[in-house]
Amino acid sequence: MKTLKSRGLLVLILFSGCLFNSQLFGIAPDDSLVVKWKDINVFYDDNERCLVCHGEAYYTLSDTVAGISQIRNMFQDYFVDREDYYDGVHKSFSCTDCHSSDFIRFPHDVATRLEPRYACIDCHGYDENYAHLNFEEIEVEYNNSTHAQVENFSCWKCHDPHSYKLIASEVSDVAELVLYDNNMCLACHANFTEFRLLTDREEINVVNKHEWLPNQVLHFESVRCIECHTQISDSILVAHMVLPKDKAVKNCTECHSTNSRLMSTLYKFESREKRQNGFFNSIILNRSYVIGASRNMYLGYLSFVIFFGVLTVIGIHVFFRVLKAKKK
Amino acid sequence: MSKGLYLYPKWIRLWHITNAVLFLILIVTGISLQFSGLDEPFVLVSFKSAVSWHNAAAFFLVLSYVVYIIGNRVTGNIKHYRSNSDTYLQDLIKQFNYYRRDMFRGEPHPFPVTEDSKFNPLQRFSYLLAMYAGMPLVIISGILLFYPGMLPRQIFGVSGLLINDLIHIASGFMLSIFMIIHIYTCTLGSKPTTLFKSMVDGYHHDDH
Repeated sequence: MKTLKSRGLLVLILFSGCLFNSQLFGIAPDDSLVVKWKDINVFYDDNERCLVCHGEAYYTLSDTVAGISQIRNMFQDYFVDREDYYDGVHKSFSCTDCHSSDFIRFPHDVATRLEPRYACIDCHGYDENYAHLNFEEIEVEYNNSTHAQVENFSCWKCHDPHSYKLIASEVSDVAELVLYDNNMCLACHANFTEFRLLTDREEINVVNKHEWLPNQVLHFESVRCIECHTQISDSILVAHMVLPKDKAVKNCTECHSTNSRLMSTLYKFESREKRQNGFFNSIILNRSYVIGASRNMYLGYLSFVIFFGVLTVIGIHVFFRVLKAKKK
Repeated sequence: MSKGLYLYPKWIRLWHITNAVLFLILIVTGISLQFSGLDEPFVLVSFKSAVSWHNAAAFFLVLSYVVYIIGNRVTGNIKHYRSNSDTYLQDLIKQFNYYRRDMFRGEPHPFPVTEDSKFNPLQRFSYLLAMYAGMPLVIISGILLFYPGMLPRQIFGVSGLLINDLIHIASGFMLSIFMIIHIYTCTLGSKPTTLFKSMVDGYHHDDH
């Protein structure tokens, strides 16, 4: 009992250092947001015991015995933005739903810090509630992707569970979806500081690497990186098998054609209907325009009728000219 | 023997051949882009090459068009496109009937070529339509396709890019049809090659 009391006191003392930090450096969340978040998550107050440090850019490390305090930066990977968290798919979770309750001890034990982390499949796999998302197939595709070959890579590198939102199947604005998804890739591939934490490869200049692409900016704004850099998947909503760079799509007509690849990737959620009002890939038309893919069947027929009609009239005219010339 | 009327000065002939070559490149590459993914005869040029050639030809077409507009104004050549006739519609019908019927009866040309009037009413009408309506449409919509950021995302709920593209393709197609008819009507001289010769040496060799 005495041990328990002293441990409780220790936790209180250790957390007091963090609380001090919050008062000094943290920007206190707006009261209306706190009310909203409390409404969303019944564990809000419990979570604050973690977020008081992990929800701030800085924290104070205190040695209460020696009376020394130091301000430290919160490492980006351990930072959780409250607004993003309570807006993400896991917004109703308690931190300890996924992390050990031993993390309540500060400084955190090495053994606690080394405990295995959950992957998506651990919660979402083999569960009929998530059967439509087919996490099992996502797992297979991921394991065959180039990302799986990178040491210490995991689902979390792209899908931060503290902020992840369901975008692909829910957002109506394709530009928003493209921006959200491409930012996932560019967070590492256009940020060498992040990139070199994962690999010894040399820095990639995304813009230079895609110099061959006409209207590069328009492409970057209109389609996701994964349109060309993953293998098309029929069984899951978003392809996860990231291909090696030499296998990326470089043939323009993969997208710029009637059988546009985009119908199996970017626009696959919107409709199974491929033709509407005579337009090939009509669903693309509601959002954008893709040369070669957005042709209208009826206008195509009309142009053939006009073209061959003109040739026929010319043919008839030539016929009578020849007839007249022969009469002479 | 007289060479005939000198109707087509050097600048017009140079512009005309430049315009024709550029337009042919634009048609071939344009069809290749529109029907990309299909096989020949629609796709004569690969998509990537078609994009480069189409953009380059379009750039020079715009330059050539500017030269044409300025040249027409400065030299007074624009007068041949204008009509002050009170019987504009009747003249059009008369010319149409000539091509449709009267030329086969051996009747004389209703509007003989003169120094002051080198185009017949149908030519005047179609050239004016092609050069002062069709060309601006195809050029402006083409520039907007090149700089799609200038277009509104949606126009009445439909993609602004799509509407602009339909204008570009439709105007390009109609100009192509105009070109086919234009080339054919140029075989209607005293010999099928007579009028083509005019565009080489500048002289109108026919007696009508």
